Amino acid sequence: MKKIEAIIKPFKLEEVKDALAEIGVEGMTVTEVKGFGRQKGHTEIYRGSEYTVDFLPKIKIEVVVTDAIVESAASAIVKAAKTGKIGDGKVFISPVSEAVRIRTEETGDKAV
Amino acid sequence: MTSSKTKIVLSNLHTRHDRIFPAAQRSTADGTAGARLTTNNTVIHYRYMKLRQRLALLAATAGALGWMVLGAPSVQAQDKPPEAPPPAAAAPAPAAEAPKDAAPAAAPAAAAPADAAAAPAATPPAKTDTPDSTATLLTTDKINGGNSGTATDLQWPVPADSTSLNPDGKGKVTQDEIIENVAHNKISINVVWTLVTGFLVMFMQAGFALVETGLCRAKNAAHVMATNFMIYGLGMIGFWICGFAFMFGNYWNGPVNIGWQPTLGQGLANLDAGWTIHPFGPDKPFGILGLKGFCLGPSVFDTAVFTLFLFEMVFMDTTATIPTGAMAERWNFKHFIVYGFWVGMFPYAIYGNWVWGGGWLAQLGQNFGLGHGAVDFAGSGVVHMCGGMIAIAGGACIGARLGKYGKDGKPRPMPGHDIPMVMLGTFILAFGWFGFNPGSTLAGTDNRIAVIAVNTMLAGAAASIGALLTMYLVTGKPDPSMLCNGLLAGLVAITAPCAFVSSLGAVILGFIAGIIVVFSVFFWERTMKIDDPVGAISVHGMCGAWGVLSVGIFANGSYGAGWGGVHKLFKDGAWTIINNDAAAATLKKYAEMTGTDPKLGGWTDVGVTGILGPMFGAPAADMSQFMAQFVDVCTCAIFVVTFSFIFFKISNLIVPIRSKREDEIQGLDIPEMGAEAYPDFQLTDRTSPKID
Repeated sequence: MKKIEAIIKPFKLEEVKDALAEIGVEGMTVTEVKGFGRQKGHTEIYRGSEYTVDFLPKIKIEVVVTDAIVESAASAIVKAAKTGKIGDGKVFISPVSEAVRIRTEETGDKAV
Repeated sequence: MTSSKTKIVLSNLHTRHDRIFPAAQRSTADGTAGARLTTNNTVIHYRYMKLRQRLALLAATAGALGWMVLGAPSVQAQDKPPEAPPPAAAAPAPAAEAPKDAAPAAAPAAAAPADAAAAPAATPPAKTDTPDSTATLLTTDKINGGNSGTATDLQWPVPADSTSLNPDGKGKVTQDEIIENVAHNKISINVVWTLVTGFLVMFMQAGFALVETGLCRAKNAAHVMATNFMIYGLGMIGFWICGFAFMFGNYWNGPVNIGWQPTLGQGLANLDAGWTIHPFGPDKPFGILGLKGFCLGPSVFDTAVFTLFLFEMVFMDTTATIPTGAMAERWNFKHFIVYGFWVGMFPYAIYGNWVWGGGWLAQLGQNFGLGHGAVDFAGSGVVHMCGGMIAIAGGACIGARLGKYGKDGKPRPMPGHDIPMVMLGTFILAFGWFGFNPGSTLAGTDNRIAVIAVNTMLAGAAASIGALLTMYLVTGKPDPSMLCNGLLAGLVAITAPCAFVSSLGAVILGFIAGIIVVFSVFFWERTMKIDDPVGAISVHGMCGAWGVLSVGIFANGSYGAGWGGVHKLFKDGAWTIINNDAAAATLKKYAEMTGTDPKLGGWTDVGVTGILGPMFGAPAADMSQFMAQFVDVCTCAIFVVTFSFIFFKISNLIVPIRSKREDEIQGLDIPEMGAEAYPDFQLTDRTSPKID
């Protein structure tokens, strides 16, 4: 089992969700987050003066998938979330040692 | 059987209720406070003491106010009808429109209202300089307009005796009655118009509240809203106590055109006491202050005066609420309360007296030949520039918001939290302006209101475009908040000249206002370093000044003949100026010159005219009018800024003007108001800059 955390542009959420559903991912957790990367936010003009917006709004998706589909899930996210412009986001993959479905108490791959 | 059972059940319920909710608790209005009362006796005692102190304070205040209102030893009941039946005061009314509308009146028509105007001026009732005494009683000659707030005013004239009855017993309408009813109608239309437009202006408070709150940060939203909310009450009571008296107490003795009639009725004749000095000789009166109508006491209990009070009160609130924007997000609410009373009592009232209350700025025309005196139709100067000048003084005293300026002295933006709110507020203000400007005729029977309304909307539109283009050229993006400032700038600028300019003039001066406001915002923020979160100084102060000056530039002479008591007669390239001194010779001369006599007559009574007047239809330019406007602007700037600065500095010693530093960082909603504007949202405050 692996957990995929993807930070994406907010308006790409629907496309990413559809792409993941297509390859058989059955659930996900979505959080509204703020942050910055190498660009350190961007500047805006308010009433004629420039200012820097440090933390830009993003969407964080968390999905835990079986090892079998982790590759395809990650690439589906990248493909769907890409605009080619600064601020497209990042994908992180990390191992998950155990998972439990609370209702049935199933564990392991069956639980994700 | 059934009924007794029910009774028992009911009494059971009653006793149970008593047991569950002991008497002490039920008697408190606040449930939570009550719960605490029953658990802790000391808390009860403490709270009770505090309540008692508060009640005592309240009683003392009420007593003081009551004394001020009812202190007059002998007050005649005003509900008594006047002893003599109203003489035909209404009779000149139908002819009165002629000179006011600047139509060259025929000799007999002009002569008739001239007599009417001469009457009050020739026999001045207890000539000025005497302070008001609420014990002064209305004299019967002043309640002859049939609008004196008395019982007789509330009904139509009815046939007085059997001679005006038809044989079948029904009333026969006599010609006198028709005349009286027509006159009554005219006054009524004016009163209704002035009241309804006043209601529109009152609604502008909502607009101001939305604009100012939207342009501030979410953490201060309840605080900014509360200042905008309470200024309504605080300012109004201040204005009622003495502001109105200072402003309009001497209205009746102000300079007016020949044939002038008070649009709201003869009751305005009650406003006849003030303080006048004569520094330049006995024939050059300088009205300094009105001194009648304190607390709208019995001496001015009249429908005309009350109508005027409502209209000018809501204007005062506009002035008062301008600085609440400029000083937002750091203003100690307790100091704001002091300010609220002060602003209703003094600055607007005193300066307003000089321009609108018949004071020395209005007398500039008669005294020094400066045009028609300072002309400010609906208050670019009296209302808006005055508010802007208070905002400058307040902004300088209170200092910038924490983090507004970095160590390098450069301003950092602190974006507003709700732009849709700002735009909604701006539209409400623009709507209210249809009361603000057209209502300032104080007369629904003055058809000029159509021109005024159209000029008002045109100038606002042109200014929003002016700001739009300027922002595109300067920054590349038209900031929505700046577009709002632009529209308001145009509306502020057209406020003084709205009745006097052509539609082209309105568009041009509005467009220029849209440009001025953008650069003014930059100037005050970057150069003067006065932190103005909403741009109030630029919108109201700077564009208000521009509006006053623009009367002296764009006015085209089509309206305002005889304004300020100065008649500028024009014929074959020559001017003759007649000052209305109410002397019989003057009135005769005026009647002759505006008459049809081939030799003496044929002069056109030209209205307010500016430097560029001829480009818009005036027969010739009038430089002196611009000078009067210039004096007006300088007076407003010097007097209001100085006066306000002194107030803010002194009051700061008693109640600190500035909120506590930690409160300002946290947001003023909880520390000062005890309630958040948006409790269901987690505020991240991501827009506040770092505090150096």
